[in-house]
Amino acid sequence: MTEVFGVPVAVIFGQLMLGLVNGSFYALLSLGLAVIFGLLGIVNFAHGAFYALGAFVALFGLQRLGVNYWEALLLAPLAVGLLGILTERILLRRLRGLSPLYGLLLTFGLALVIEGTLREAFGASGQSYPVPPALQGAINLGFMILPLYRAWVILVSVVVCFSTWFVIERTRLGSKLRAATENAPLLQAFGVNVPLLIAATYGGGVALAALAGVLSAPVILVTPAMGSSLVIVVFAVVVIGGMGSILGAIVSGLLLGVVEGFTKVLYPEASNIVVFVIMALVLILRPAGLFGKE
Amino acid sequence: MEKNNRVRGASVFYLAAGLFALAVPVTGIYPVFMMKLLCFAIFACAYNLLLGFSGMLSFGHAAFFGCAAYITGWLATAHGWGTLPATLAGVAVAMVLGLLIGALAIRRRGIYFAMITLALAQLLYFVCLEAPFTGGENGLQGVPRGALLGIVPLRSDLPMYYLVLAAFVAVFLFIRRVVHSPFGQVLKAIRENETRAISLGYEVHRYKLVAFVLSATLAGLAGALKTLVLGFVTLSDVSQATSGEVILMTLVGGTGTFFGPVIGAAVIVTLQEYLSDIVGGWVTVIIGAIFIACVLVFRRGIVGELAALRPRRPSQS
Repeated sequence: MTEVFGVPVAVIFGQLMLGLVNGSFYALLSLGLAVIFGLLGIVNFAHGAFYALGAFVALFGLQRLGVNYWEALLLAPLAVGLLGILTERILLRRLRGLSPLYGLLLTFGLALVIEGTLREAFGASGQSYPVPPALQGAINLGFMILPLYRAWVILVSVVVCFSTWFVIERTRLGSKLRAATENAPLLQAFGVNVPLLIAATYGGGVALAALAGVLSAPVILVTPAMGSSLVIVVFAVVVIGGMGSILGAIVSGLLLGVVEGFTKVLYPEASNIVVFVIMALVLILRPAGLFGKE
Repeated sequence: MEKNNRVRGASVFYLAAGLFALAVPVTGIYPVFMMKLLCFAIFACAYNLLLGFSGMLSFGHAAFFGCAAYITGWLATAHGWGTLPATLAGVAVAMVLGLLIGALAIRRRGIYFAMITLALAQLLYFVCLEAPFTGGENGLQGVPRGALLGIVPLRSDLPMYYLVLAAFVAVFLFIRRVVHSPFGQVLKAIRENETRAISLGYEVHRYKLVAFVLSATLAGLAGALKTLVLGFVTLSDVSQATSGEVILMTLVGGTGTFFGPVIGAAVIVTLQEYLSDIVGGWVTVIIGAIFIACVLVFRRGIVGELAALRPRRPSQS
């Protein structure tokens, strides 16, 4: 077996793979955060809680309602997205015109409510979600073993991320979204239903988080706290990428996942903090973020 | 005339509060509970110096609180340091961390500032989780209170209570002094309109950094004292939940008021202490709901709303 820096190549590729999987979740989550921030001007602290909620909807569906993985992949984001729309219409709407810091505080409270409810309903200990039969097993690529499910996660997240990017940058709906970001009152004067657009955007953003939750359910332990530490890493990813940029969110998400994977091989103790250290470096060298423009 | 009444009202209030605080040991209120409350009041007042009087929303203040708590606990337990040197060492570490995190965070404003402080605090959380001296998931237990200056033993609650009370009063008066100083006025100017403060020639970054370091240092004092009072440090002291709690205390009591954070700390600590017996794990949900309610309908907090109730002096007469 060939080695690099005393580490077998297969291990390096394995960690690279794991890093890409984590990066896929970062990308999906930071993309949702970026879209929500763009239109609502709110940093959605509840993003991690909606991610956990997505995983629990899938789990609950499987255990109690006989909803299989493939149905959950569609239904969980839909359910969480609807909840997001309600949240926007009932709570976030009232914060329009206030400092964006209030949005951060409100969604922090919301995250506590969701997480606390999940803990009371399902218990604090982790539960596992089985890998769907069609995606079990692995392919031997010669230089490494590729678990099918991991490849599937990366594939789905890349496709979803770039479709979202395409919708926002290249379609009529996306042009309305971008117009609302620039000047909402003017767009409304043209007869576009801006409040609906805003609610739908929040719903869409948290649906992406829920999708990430369902995707992650078979590879991690499903716990109520699974989102609360993840969301902080995603915040750091967003600071590194630059808040304004959709593409920046996707690319830096994937990239940082990989960097984290490599750190696990080379210096495992630092793997939890490497993203934060990179964030500190980016702040010193390029305060607006890698893809951001002030 | 009106102004005199206001001043007199405030004096009466502070006199009553002071007498109550002095008399707590004879009222039968559990002294450890009161000490914990005072520690969090110090924490919230320190936080308010940053959020209320300088307009910076830090989401990572647990880092200063918790790291100081760990340092004090570790030095007192593993190295047998005395009460005062261990506390001062904890506070000094909080100060240095405040300088480092503050220098990075003030490069951005508003929402970014909040996210950066949150992320850097999370970094320190992981450091505390893995560092060899913090006891990992178990934390530090059995931290001795020692004796003040080697003379006054603090093992019994009475001297400890008065020590914490003295620290609280000192911090409270210090923050008043800072806010009313020319330095504090510049901070307010920055809070209201940073661009204008820059155009007036103030070195805004330096002012913000000093405010951040002051706030972090005092938060560290709160953490160090908390360790001595309760005798243990856990990971939750450096966690984002604690950072959120201190924001909530300040918000509930009244951001930018002097006494608001004290009342906020009293409300939240009392809720946590007694509510968790009744509702168990739902206390997190209730705290979250209070957060949402505060942001939606109660943005001025208890003290702020009370102050707004009082009729304003007529402007022209």
